[in-house]
Amino acid sequence: MVSDQHVNDVAIDIRSVSKLFGDFVALDNVSVGILDNEFFTLLGPSGCGKTTLLRTIAGFEDVSSGEIVLYGENIAGLPPNQRPVNTVFQQYALFPHMNVTQNVKFGLLRQGVDEATATRRVNEVLDLVQLTPFATRLPSQMSGGQQQRVALARALAPNPKVLLLDEPLSALDLKLRQAVRLELQQLQSDTGITFVFVTHDQEEALTMSDRIAVINNGQLQQVGSAEEIYEAPKNKFVANFIGETNLIDVNVTSVSDGKASCSLPGGMAFSCSAADGAITGDGHLSIRPERVTLVSPAKGILRGTVTRQIYLGTDMHVDVQLEDKGLVKVRVQNSSSMRIPPVGDEVGLNLEADAARLLVD
Amino acid sequence: MAAAGANISKPGSGIYAGSGVALMLPSWLIIGLFLLIPVLLMLVYSFLTKEFRGGVIWEFSLDAYDQFFFYRGLFGDEPPVLEWTYIGIFWRSIWQAGAATIFCLIIGFPTAWFIATRSGANKSVWLFLITIPYWVNLLIRTISMKFLIRDTGPLNEWLMWIGVISEPIHMINTNFAVQLGLFYSYLPFMVLPIYASVERYNFALSEAAADLYASRWETLRLIILPAVKPGVIAGCILVFVPSLGAFLAPDLLGGAKTFMIGSLIEEQFKGNAGNWPFGAAASMILLSMVLVALGYYARQQNREA
Repeated sequence: MVSDQHVNDVAIDIRSVSKLFGDFVALDNVSVGILDNEFFTLLGPSGCGKTTLLRTIAGFEDVSSGEIVLYGENIAGLPPNQRPVNTVFQQYALFPHMNVTQNVKFGLLRQGVDEATATRRVNEVLDLVQLTPFATRLPSQMSGGQQQRVALARALAPNPKVLLLDEPLSALDLKLRQAVRLELQQLQSDTGITFVFVTHDQEEALTMSDRIAVINNGQLQQVGSAEEIYEAPKNKFVANFIGETNLIDVNVTSVSDGKASCSLPGGMAFSCSAADGAITGDGHLSIRPERVTLVSPAKGILRGTVTRQIYLGTDMHVDVQLEDKGLVKVRVQNSSSMRIPPVGDEVGLNLEADAARLLVD
Repeated sequence: MAAAGANISKPGSGIYAGSGVALMLPSWLIIGLFLLIPVLLMLVYSFLTKEFRGGVIWEFSLDAYDQFFFYRGLFGDEPPVLEWTYIGIFWRSIWQAGAATIFCLIIGFPTAWFIATRSGANKSVWLFLITIPYWVNLLIRTISMKFLIRDTGPLNEWLMWIGVISEPIHMINTNFAVQLGLFYSYLPFMVLPIYASVERYNFALSEAAADLYASRWETLRLIILPAVKPGVIAGCILVFVPSLGAFLAPDLLGGAKTFMIGSLIEEQFKGNAGNWPFGAAASMILLSMVLVALGYYARQQNREA
């Protein structure tokens, strides 16, 4: 028999979903499977379609085409009040005339839960988000962080199959944001509810998520764990959007089995990993600044001149202008005893071969 | 309340709020000169003796109030019995004004909602359309309405022409005509405050309600109405109060059977037949009724807040 454990079951299967607003394509044939019990993040710049995708799951937007399958049932045509998912809104959208308890109880009562059970559940959830002492406060009598927790408690109270979070941390200040990140992660693993989290903040995405979907211009760019997205970006957009990277123009001579051989500016041959779909000819190599090392001019596979140094505390940022063309950013840890060459010095650069990656343009 | 840890900063409490007294002075002056003094004058007049050709004799008298509430026979020498004529007129006025308020609310709420949910430029166009009739004098509009709905008016003729009716419907001098007049006169006073409330309404709240399994009806009842309540109440007050004292619509469209307070008061100050102290007394009774109602509402509001 099938076991009760559904650990890698698909919670939400988004199948070829497109969404048009007039002529504007907000979502362009997006397909992705969000797994059960997963902290899944939709990441992209503002206007990329990530919030639209979340809203189609919640039911606030119809899909123009495609299916949204929640645990085997296509919910794409259902109104929001018939979908077993709950949302934490960006500005919380707490009911201003109701106190904390009434806000949290709202969904339970609408579901027809009896008063006693609802009260018990409200107490449980308020305890979970540590708001018990604030049960009779109005939203306007609470700080942003507290309101955020009310929103969380309200969405969790009906025990949704999936919790949707629309940039819930963006209204908080930095210190609080970092604390809430950890709390959210903890909450997700404690409750076992699938979280779909929308953010434009790559640091948030990298630190919290089991998997990340990077979206741009309504199209899914790449889906993977934080490490996969950072270490093995698929294309220029992902490489640029997640963290800092150097894009080096190369001429690709061969691609096979995820490996590529190419020639660097200046003519040196170099082999590195290649993203699926990379082709021969003119291409771009991505390498993170911390994976570039400064060496003496003779030892480097690239050569250039130091044009700028920025002191960043733990790190030192160095810009190197290549002899041929292009600029390479290098990040050197300050703890190293190595002397950092001053502006104007000629230096050589080495690229860590396993960290360099040929991209799909 | 005022428990510790509530991070509320009140807008308007900083240095930019200015000095309250200086800001209020112009409006206090206008209210004092053109509202308080005339009302006080009316109060004084209501306790004076009537002069038969209009005006007053400066002699204290309770006759005006006595005449309002009691009947003492044709020559004023019988024992007093309760006089129902004027109380009846007041009752009919309250009923008419209440009905007009409800009709304005039923039509005005969806209208305001519709306008508030249009996009920017369309919003202004719709608001403009709502206010257009108010560029024409109320008297002229009411007379036009009379022509429109009379037995040989365009409405009846049109209805007969398309064959819905074979004989004209008698509309003039009925409660229906008065309602139509009041509705037409005061609809914007319902639409505009509700529009202002709906405009400020955060539509994410409706989404949140739907997300939490509320039906459309529950969302309207539990979330939207409490949020736009101030606008609805303001609209109801702005329609009810002037409807209560209206005299143009009842006079021109209603005739004798639909006589309302406004007409009663107006008559006392018109021509030679008038009785100023009686008109003033009726005004004071109307005013105190309105004030009691508003005071009750204000107390309810304070209790809720």
